[in-house]
Amino acid sequence: MSGACQGKPNNPPTHGQPFWLLAEVTYRCPLQCPYCSNPKDFASYNNQELTTQQWIDVFEQGRKLGAVQLGFSGGEPIVRQDLNELIGAGRELGYYTNLITSGVGLTEEKIKSFKKSGLDHIQVSFQASDESVNSLISGSKKAFQQKLAMAKEVKANGYPMVLNFVTHRHNIDRIDKIIELCVELKADYVELATCQYYGWAVDNLHQLLPTQEQLARAERITNEYREKLATEGNPIKLIFVTPDYYEERPKACMNGWGQIFLTVTPDGTALPCHSARMLPIEFPNVTEHSLESIWNQSQSFNHFRGYSWMKEPCASCDEKEKDFGGCRCQAFMLTGDANNTDPVCSKSEHHDKILSAREQAKTDPQTPFLYRNEKNSRQYADNIIATSNESSN
Amino acid sequence: MIDKVPALESMFRFQWEEAQQAYVLLYPEGMVKLNGPAGEILSLVDGQKSTKQIIEALNGKYPDAGGVDNDVLAFMEDAINQHWIQWVTP
Repeated sequence: MSGACQGKPNNPPTHGQPFWLLAEVTYRCPLQCPYCSNPKDFASYNNQELTTQQWIDVFEQGRKLGAVQLGFSGGEPIVRQDLNELIGAGRELGYYTNLITSGVGLTEEKIKSFKKSGLDHIQVSFQASDESVNSLISGSKKAFQQKLAMAKEVKANGYPMVLNFVTHRHNIDRIDKIIELCVELKADYVELATCQYYGWAVDNLHQLLPTQEQLARAERITNEYREKLATEGNPIKLIFVTPDYYEERPKACMNGWGQIFLTVTPDGTALPCHSARMLPIEFPNVTEHSLESIWNQSQSFNHFRGYSWMKEPCASCDEKEKDFGGCRCQAFMLTGDANNTDPVCSKSEHHDKILSAREQAKTDPQTPFLYRNEKNSRQYADNIIATSNESSN
Repeated sequence: MIDKVPALESMFRFQWEEAQQAYVLLYPEGMVKLNGPAGEILSLVDGQKSTKQIIEALNGKYPDAGGVDNDVLAFMEDAINQHWIQWVTP
């Protein structure tokens, strides 16, 4: 994007414009996917959603900062009764507007009225290529048929369509069926995104992480389909995302902290990525600060910009400008210190955590999924409240 | 190619982006920042004008450029390959 990280090595932390503004308009969702990236205590924020006008104000400020892509996400964004109005406001401001939905709650009428309001693109997420696995993962028996019907409507109404399949050990062996379904539904892009282990997925790691063999097979089959589809002149694009648990170098998470991406949560907390809320850092709220001051001046957004925060082995590593030390959330989750090297890196002294997860993936999980729902979330919320009460006593 | 009429593919939105000081093509979750000539050419692509008419318009606008014919033809070929535009019947 801005080439912000290619400056002279001794420059102070620099950053570009927030190209992407992700509006997580609600945490409410009818599905219960066990890999949801929402915080586990999401239920405690359900009564604090920003109002329509507060969201529109955020969009205006984001546009002035240079944001171009606006994502409506959640939870399930369709739950918001004012979504049409929010889409219209975003489009009016010149954003490319993206609706990221499970398709549940979507109707033909809504697809048409969103189009009238200027919605540019709809991404529909699927849990599997068939009804039974889809139901197992989503916790809903009716979701699959609804998704199929809505994906067809999205195309019938002339939208570009991205289909997103989160892959894991329960569906990755059917990747051929998944791809064929996407071709049949005339998707423009297909994200075959292996589950990332944040939020609820951390608790379900063993139940979700595929084996290395499963992964290698899926990648090979995807490549075969790419060739076949290209030969047939089909412009569909298959994007295969490998889980970083099978890498030896970390991902350049978010293209660097606070470089191009800005998330606003349902209650107005501004984050440099959707899972950063878990970090022991206080993030500013859009109801108290301008987006400009949050992006440019706030301590939290400047926290991991540049390289001066790094510890060894990152600090002296000649690859630090390539991956920025990996993911801060993963470093915090697996080592207890967000300044550490992402343990995915084989140079990390905590890399054994990744290796043992790979070993564990070779065995069958014995415990059931922990589903992402209000009831389970309340337990986390209650725990947090109990802990903070104890510490204040 | 000279008599064909280009139109933007439905996947893309074309607009001037103040923060980039450039014309851009927007698509799901992404953006192509166009250089000056590419932006100028695409700003004339409307599903009505033929390649020939676009060339004439640009030669009229930039009489000192010494003829943009080959640049426009090369761009159209590239834009077709990238699926940015398609040929249409107006």
